[in-house]
Amino acid sequence: MSILSTRKAEKIDSLAEGGTSLAMDALRRTFRSPVAILGLVIVGLFVILAIISPFIAPKDPYRPYPELKAELTPSNIPGPMPGFLLGSDQNGYDFFSRLLVGAQQTLFVGVFATLIGVAIGMIIGGLAGAFGGWVDSVLMRLTDIMLSVPSLLLAISIAALLPGSQWTVIIAVAMIGVPVFARLLRGAMIAQRSSDHVLAATALGVKRKTIVFRHMLPNSIGPVIVQATLTLATAIIDAAALSFLGLGDSDWRRAEWGLMLGNAQELLSVKPSLAFFPAIAIIVVALGFTLLGESMRESLDPKNRR
Amino acid sequence: MALLDVRDLGVVFKRKGTRPFTAVDGVSFSVEPGQTVGLVGESGSGKSVTSLALMGLLPKRGAEISGSVTFEDTELLTLSDKQLRDRRGRDLGMVFQDPLSSLNPVITIGLQITEVLERHRGMSRKEARVEAAELLDRVGLPDPQRRLDEYPHQHSGGMRQRVLIAIALACRPKLLIADEPTTALDVTIQAQILSLLSDLVSETDTALIMITHDLGIVAGLCDNVNVMYGGRIVERAARHDLFERSRHPYTHGLLQSIPRLNAPRGEPLTPIRGSVSDNIEWEQGCAFAPRCPNATDVCWSEPPELKADDGRMLRCHNPVALGDAVTEGAL
Repeated sequence: MSILSTRKAEKIDSLAEGGTSLAMDALRRTFRSPVAILGLVIVGLFVILAIISPFIAPKDPYRPYPELKAELTPSNIPGPMPGFLLGSDQNGYDFFSRLLVGAQQTLFVGVFATLIGVAIGMIIGGLAGAFGGWVDSVLMRLTDIMLSVPSLLLAISIAALLPGSQWTVIIAVAMIGVPVFARLLRGAMIAQRSSDHVLAATALGVKRKTIVFRHMLPNSIGPVIVQATLTLATAIIDAAALSFLGLGDSDWRRAEWGLMLGNAQELLSVKPSLAFFPAIAIIVVALGFTLLGESMRESLDPKNRR
Repeated sequence: MALLDVRDLGVVFKRKGTRPFTAVDGVSFSVEPGQTVGLVGESGSGKSVTSLALMGLLPKRGAEISGSVTFEDTELLTLSDKQLRDRRGRDLGMVFQDPLSSLNPVITIGLQITEVLERHRGMSRKEARVEAAELLDRVGLPDPQRRLDEYPHQHSGGMRQRVLIAIALACRPKLLIADEPTTALDVTIQAQILSLLSDLVSETDTALIMITHDLGIVAGLCDNVNVMYGGRIVERAARHDLFERSRHPYTHGLLQSIPRLNAPRGEPLTPIRGSVSDNIEWEQGCAFAPRCPNATDVCWSEPPELKADDGRMLRCHNPVALGDAVTEGAL
């Protein structure tokens, strides 16, 4: 060992102090930007709210209250009154409590729709990327077909085929994401297949399975994670849209922002806040996920690396 | 009995809608156990394609391989994918050009070494880790135990190339193919890596095929040198013969274009004129003819054969006259 390389090694050591993986590095870079922090704060508050809302809701969101019902007429929905911060909804339920609990339902739908979309998309894209050839061609033509139908139309047709329930919404929204994730992973895997380190691993006789799962997949998953964050935003909006169109949950009592928005549409002249608050909530949360996802995408993009 | 015997290797790239492209044509050479053989040529001369063909790493579709590659009585070109995978890494190792991209960025260096040991030498994870640390120590990485848990991006190019050499030699292959292993490194590191490589192959009696465009590397390392041009071998000679009396005008031109320490002051370098794109087809004549100072009519009309001449193999109608020498020590 020469003096030169020893010195060099020492220098490298000092540089690598507190050794971090690439992912950690990307995370650190992400949260240097104020936009990312804003996104994270919104998402964080939303998730916390979703978890604790059943405990902090001042009233039971699934029960009509007689004091609200008493003043409820077709042309008058009670506004704020003592104990009921935002007054009543059209059924004499506590609107504020329903709004809080709605966070949970919305998060639930968004997360599960995205997870299912990611899972199915990754299976399709992973198979296509790992095998190539005719497997790739067949699977990609399938995703092309899915992509050729406008996303909301696709979700509406799926939701219309299935009985109206919360899972119908989740599955319908998940299907929107499937072709996107499939293509994304497949593209990244194909780029990996011709990469130097995969060639090097092949030259070492590493098994195909190991190459796919250890060398190709982990290197391809970054864009999928970012896209998943962005998809959460659209999933929440799409789920709301389905509920709004009446294709979602047949149980009108469920406190879900999209459903609340849909049910409020005939009452815009009577009590506009019934539509206003769920709509604002959906927008803010979607914005939060979008900000977070976009800044993650930017920081993971090698072109933006400093 | 040669360790590796390449006979009439040809690689033709075929693609719908384009003319087939012959990247390697009738390449024959052999490697004895423990020998170091150089494969020299400029970009596009077919040297890297030759090495990929030997390893069976060319794409199945699009690349048509002919000829034969015998490795210890086994014909490599007809092996099944699975048989080939069992041999790669165990009997045949390879070090690639770019150490920065040849390691998987998301897994630790330790895992990338132990993976090969587990695969080919049937070691347990624990044994493999001990062996991996030893390997890293042998290629001159300080504090090998800690390196095992570090990621490639924490290391410099030279260190990564050391890691790659450690991985390639992990299963003590009988033949190591090094495809321009120092091109991506700076000059001081190049020298370190080359001396490391030559030490290791002589210690373990590994045969080495050194692929390079740098005659300086060849001068310091190889027993035998094959000079390639346009996909064919144009001159093959022992190291000393090649540097003292290069006969092919291309080899001669390459040597002339390198700055020499013992050259008279102010003597200009003589580059080879033209570029590879001026080549004519080998079927038509000598591919080098358009760039060759010695070219005569016969070079344009008749393809030269690879013939024994003066203790070497030479593919030329008008070789450089004897006595026009460049000494290897000066490189």
